[in-house]
Amino acid sequence: MAAVEPFSLRGGASSRRRRVVNRIAEVAANLAALGAIAVLAIVVISVAKRGISEISWGFLTSDLPLFGVPGGGIAPLIVGSAILVGIATAIALPLGVLTALFLTEFAPRRIASPVQLTLDLMNGLPSVILGVFVFGLLVYGHQQSGWAGGFALSIVMIPLVARSTQEVLRLVPQTQRDAAFALGVSRWRVVLGVVLPSALGGIVTGTVLAIARAAGETAPLLFTTSIFVNNVATNPGEALPNMPVQIFIWSESPDPEDHKRAWATALVLLVFVLVTSVLARAVLIRSRKKMGQ
Amino acid sequence: MSSVPITHTLTGARRARDWIGDRILFLLTLLGSLAAIAIMVGIAYKVLRGAHLSFSKFGLGFLTGTTWDAANNVFGAGTFLYGTAVTCAIALLLGGPFAIAIALFLSELAPRGVRPVVGTLVEMLAAIPSVVLGLWGILVMGPFVAHHIEPWLHDYFGWIPLFGEPSTGSDVFVAGLILAIMIVPIVASICRELFLGVPQDLEDGALALGATRWEMVRGVVLSGSRPGIAAALILGLGRALGEAIAVTQVIGSATAINKSLFQPGDTLASRIAAQFQGAVSELQISSLFYLAAILLVIGLVTNLLAQVIVRRFEVQQTGGI
Repeated sequence: MAAVEPFSLRGGASSRRRRVVNRIAEVAANLAALGAIAVLAIVVISVAKRGISEISWGFLTSDLPLFGVPGGGIAPLIVGSAILVGIATAIALPLGVLTALFLTEFAPRRIASPVQLTLDLMNGLPSVILGVFVFGLLVYGHQQSGWAGGFALSIVMIPLVARSTQEVLRLVPQTQRDAAFALGVSRWRVVLGVVLPSALGGIVTGTVLAIARAAGETAPLLFTTSIFVNNVATNPGEALPNMPVQIFIWSESPDPEDHKRAWATALVLLVFVLVTSVLARAVLIRSRKKMGQ
Repeated sequence: MSSVPITHTLTGARRARDWIGDRILFLLTLLGSLAAIAIMVGIAYKVLRGAHLSFSKFGLGFLTGTTWDAANNVFGAGTFLYGTAVTCAIALLLGGPFAIAIALFLSELAPRGVRPVVGTLVEMLAAIPSVVLGLWGILVMGPFVAHHIEPWLHDYFGWIPLFGEPSTGSDVFVAGLILAIMIVPIVASICRELFLGVPQDLEDGALALGATRWEMVRGVVLSGSRPGIAAALILGLGRALGEAIAVTQVIGSATAINKSLFQPGDTLASRIAAQFQGAVSELQISSLFYLAAILLVIGLVTNLLAQVIVRRFEVQQTGGI
């Protein structure tokens, strides 16, 4: 800080220096924000530009190309990814919502905090460890399967679903609960009849966000469902083809044809992930505003 | 809600039903929570268990051993610990200040109408699947960095061993850059929340005393949220530590420590991702589990640390008001 000087409206050299420093800092912050947007734009445009030329109806509906054969498509990847994410959601949605209900509606503080900590730690867990864990649990000694991959993805989703559910449950006004209790309604009917219905929208959008995240996860699938057939497979008892792993495989290939396929698949995945998360976020912000006020 | 006659609420049947209903829902939610805890415990157990064979063979020497030789069944994590440390350092050094600047822009500088738009765009950066970012990294950014940035760094800073001969685009430096991109949105969004939480009165007070905006930011916003910023950076670090896919794609894979950043390397996570499929011997699989165990411990410690800081900080904040 500059030493106190006789007051002057004009400002001396130190004042000018302070203004210059201030200006530099402001410009730097503006540039940083611009930089982040630029990176996003560059990545999205790179993928779109390279991917769009490959995408056709045939590409989206054909089986995977056999090794070294030109052409082919990604229908099995889309179907497989959908099934895997479906399994993950079927596991994570009930578990996440129940855990959130336990934390906000039932648990005393002393029990709530270790559960909360578990969720936070689970959320921060490197996803490759989930892959290793499920490999050790379900795959090692058996075989890769859609169940294993879906379970691994569900561990990614549980803390996300739980957290977004918790947030929206907290927004349900306490007065609503109190009013119901005052009418003599029991706790379980308050939870099922009052709290959950008002939180439903938030839970759905939170789950959609978690789905968008899980759809792009590769590491949990790499050891659990990565050796698959090249046509559409729907039996979760066997390894299911899926987009993230196949993009990974193609990106490591030296064949430029495979790179093209990787870009096109990446575009499909990116469009799905970005569109769903933008929409879900928009809905979430709107409903939060409505409930928060 | 259907109206219930008062006399009805007092009947024994209704009370019994409510008693049962309450217990069932409580038990269900309890079970859900226990399942979450069981999964966490199961992860720790399975990973440590899987590492047992390798641990009994190599012990703690595994941490410093820099040999990874599948043919002779000698394994060590030293190279990958080094690679993890270096890539994370690059990510934090480049991404950290960048993210804090973005958070300042979002919380202090940007016009109200611009904030949600830019905020959403920054969060979209976090939504990009890592495999897509890695694809872009290996085919677009890597070659660009290798042809334009690395030669420049080598020319001016080549006397530092870190900046050796430029590579072909798959190296530790590129991996660090990709990780920086990944942690920016995480750190930025946490920091933005922190900065928004700084009392407006304090900011106004500083400005009223004649501070410039930057002086206000430095003196009030940044100094007040220092622990929170540390927690945000640690959470970012946790993300960078564990990223496997994108790093595997761009880092090039190496079994020895290279002094230069412009040489291939490997991190704990990328080695696991790259080798798990092709692992041949029990010992190699177990050694990969050992790597996962190290990663698990580091990941849990960093996350716990961040949680502790956040909780203490929150207590301080609410206690102070």
